[in-house]
Amino acid sequence: MNTTLKYYLQIADNALILSHRLAENTSKGPFLEEDLAGANVALDLIGLAEAVYTEAAKMENQGQTADDLVYRREEKEFLNCLLSEQPNRDFAHLVTRQFLLDAFNYSYFIALTESKDPFLSAIAFKSLKEVTYHLRRSSEWMIRLGTGTEESKHRIQIAINTLWKFTPELFEESDADKAMLANGCGVNLSDIQQQWDQKVNEILFLGHLDIPKNKFSVRGGKEGIHTEHLGHLLAEMQFLPGKYPDAVW
Amino acid sequence: MKTADSQGELWEVFIQSKPGQSFKHAGSIHAFDKDNAIENARDIYTRRNEGTGLWVVPSKEIIAVALNESDYFFEPATDKIYRHPTFYNLPEGVTHM
Repeated sequence: MNTTLKYYLQIADNALILSHRLAENTSKGPFLEEDLAGANVALDLIGLAEAVYTEAAKMENQGQTADDLVYRREEKEFLNCLLSEQPNRDFAHLVTRQFLLDAFNYSYFIALTESKDPFLSAIAFKSLKEVTYHLRRSSEWMIRLGTGTEESKHRIQIAINTLWKFTPELFEESDADKAMLANGCGVNLSDIQQQWDQKVNEILFLGHLDIPKNKFSVRGGKEGIHTEHLGHLLAEMQFLPGKYPDAVW
Repeated sequence: MKTADSQGELWEVFIQSKPGQSFKHAGSIHAFDKDNAIENARDIYTRRNEGTGLWVVPSKEIIAVALNESDYFFEPATDKIYRHPTFYNLPEGVTHM
């Protein structure tokens, strides 16, 4: 697989899988307004994923469509980071996962607007408005839960502690990251890490929350080695096109 | 009083559809604080280009006329025609009167 295609799939898979996790929570939100707000974020992300998959599908020139990339790839072909596939567990986990990824996406898409790849810089520019809003919402929820009740503080801290081990992977350079950075189309992930650290420190400080000291980390998503959760997600998401290959929208 | 499954306070949402126009009541939402209220209002009422301006107001801060007072409160003095400025011609170009 060429590195450009791989790079596109990393971006699209992250957006798709996170979007699907949010969609799973639709009708299970803590209250109506939050339910709708979460679905709105999911829709923004699926829009991003669809645009990138459509472009990626053209690359191999074998008549592939965006749907093929979403519904007819196996678990080990998905290149999303492990954090995006982590299950909803409770609202605190959902908010924390969202915040950690929004903070990443925000810096990442700002940097990607400078890409020499015109499609990537255009999609980054387009997504930035949405991502800026996502980060604002999830940051406020972190602070709100951190400074809310004893129960909300306890739960959000547990979520941070649980998900923290998946964050170093965000800044690890895959082959595609390296190649695209070298030809001016990609993003320097160590710059993103600095900005991410700063944002996360700021919000956790405001939320009276602790940054985990544990340096243990889990990785593999960018190479297609996933946690046990992705397989279950895909089984559900891909069921219908798997069973009825000729089904159309 | 708040209970464990509270959805937060009730807030009223007002939307301005174009700059310069008046804000119109759009509906109400639940939220826990000001930031939460303006974002919930945005996510529910302004995601399809409905507006360029947004206000939220805690519902409890709105002073309303009680239903049983409405008769004497609103009854227009229809017999006093000088109270109704219907004798004027509006200049051209005035659209929001």
